[in-house]
Amino acid sequence: MSTTSTRPKAPTRASRATARHVDRSYPLWFYVPGGLVYLILFIVPTIMSFYFAFTRWTLFKATFIGFDNFVLFFNEPGLIGSLRNTLVYGVLTSVSKVVLGMLLAVVLSSPLIARGYLRSVTFFPVLVSSVGVGLTFQVLLDPFHGPVNAVWSAITGADGPRWLTDPKLALYSVVGIDVWKGVGLATLIYIAGIAAIPNEYFEAARVDGASSWQIFRNVILPLSFPATSTVIILSLIGGLRSFDLIWSTTQGGPGFASDVIASVIYKQYQAGFYGLSTAGNVVLFLVVTAIVYPLSRWLNSREAVL
Amino acid sequence: MNTMRRSSRWLAGLSGIIITTVLFLVPFAFVFTMAAKDENEASMLQFSWPTHFQLWDNVVAVFQARDYMLVIAFINSTILTVASVTLLVILGAMIGFVLDRRVSKLNPLINTLVLAGLIIPPAVVPTIWVMQSTGLFKTLPGLILVEVAFGLAFTVLTMRAFIATIPKEIDEAAIVDGAGPLRLFFQVIFPLLRSVIITIVVVQSIFVFNDFQNPLYFLPGDANATVQLTLFNYMSQQRTSYNLLFTNILVITVPMLIMYIFFQRQIVAGMTSGAVKG
Repeated sequence: MSTTSTRPKAPTRASRATARHVDRSYPLWFYVPGGLVYLILFIVPTIMSFYFAFTRWTLFKATFIGFDNFVLFFNEPGLIGSLRNTLVYGVLTSVSKVVLGMLLAVVLSSPLIARGYLRSVTFFPVLVSSVGVGLTFQVLLDPFHGPVNAVWSAITGADGPRWLTDPKLALYSVVGIDVWKGVGLATLIYIAGIAAIPNEYFEAARVDGASSWQIFRNVILPLSFPATSTVIILSLIGGLRSFDLIWSTTQGGPGFASDVIASVIYKQYQAGFYGLSTAGNVVLFLVVTAIVYPLSRWLNSREAVL
Repeated sequence: MNTMRRSSRWLAGLSGIIITTVLFLVPFAFVFTMAAKDENEASMLQFSWPTHFQLWDNVVAVFQARDYMLVIAFINSTILTVASVTLLVILGAMIGFVLDRRVSKLNPLINTLVLAGLIIPPAVVPTIWVMQSTGLFKTLPGLILVEVAFGLAFTVLTMRAFIATIPKEIDEAAIVDGAGPLRLFFQVIFPLLRSVIITIVVVQSIFVFNDFQNPLYFLPGDANATVQLTLFNYMSQQRTSYNLLFTNILVITVPMLIMYIFFQRQIVAGMTSGAVKG
């Protein structure tokens, strides 16, 4: 369908005229307004972070101190723990969203009663702000009076777990809340992915007498791969950078039990350690890029094979 | 066999409805009932229907609290959302347009920058440093520009993909008719972008309106707080009146739910782009 007017390949007068019309009709200055905002408020700070991370910094005066900030970051248990928590948080939310999103999407793609209702209901939490979700769950999961533990006690007879205040549990509780909030988006992406699979595949499978499981395993799973890679990348980027939800549920606590890099950046900023905070930012940058970039390359190459 | 299959399907549907309702709708119902209770009843944190239904009183109280702080916050959040999304759409479309139509040596560089913008977490304190030296720190215009900078990569990507589907013959016809670049873009191309613009407006509005991290860093202070900041501060200051806390949550969630009802299709289209390729 690409019927762009047949342009001669040799540099004739006509092609030079076309080049001029391209120059004139699609001027490069269209890049300038957006590019300027992006350059000043995103690129410059990103580049400068690689300098300020090596300084003791008061915003007015920066003293170069070499790797001290990073040495501190990797030796302080509270700080290095945040690196581990970030990885746990990113991987767990991403994997859960892939599995649950896929499962829900398969169910919601089959002819069900009240399908539209179910699709809307699972998507609602995506529209609520993380702060709203965080505060709501703080109350829902209240260890002594919250409705969740009221149900827990009624069933088991014992006291419920201290979801957000037990150091062993806090991070996983926040992961659970994050999955609750985000699984609707993953489901939606999978529903679109499954809907894009040509019907012939399902018909052929049915003619061959494939069971529902075989259809899922051999048709839906491989052919919705683009959806899977979108969900993985999106939720990994979101999960590794996550701040809003953690800050509005546990604020990284109890102690440092649920601190992630993003919350450490904020705490150090609040405490006035701007250099250390920026070092945290650089660590986060390296973690996200080192995981997401090769992973997306790999997923794309797999997609091309399919 | 057939009836068994049908009844099992019916059963699956029913259990699906029950499970998803409990999991996803009960928290919303909890917010709603809490928002309608009086202070004493709400403090028991029970999931029950309020004995005195006083939702409206609570809504009024929440808006009046601390000298109409929430009203100011709503105004700020609205300005922030409308301004940053408008800028995003126009600037993003201009970049996407030239990026698609004109192959230049800049293209690989710009593609890299777009990819970087999708992946890289913003460097917080250096951004504050830049904003302070340009006088943008702690100002609403500053926060607007920050939201534009952070949302631009996604917008350019979406715009470019859509503009690639608009035939170049349309441009050429306009150029032959003597349209300059500004008229070509704003009068010929821009109106054709309607559907993708709606998608971007809806998706970015949800992001910006619900954003907590960027206002927290770049627009601190009570004077020009956004709704999310007000809600968070409310929680840390008044732990006692749970009914008003939940009224606050309800009040700032409703705009997005209304948006969803009106723009369901566009939200779905915007959020699933990328899932379907080829």
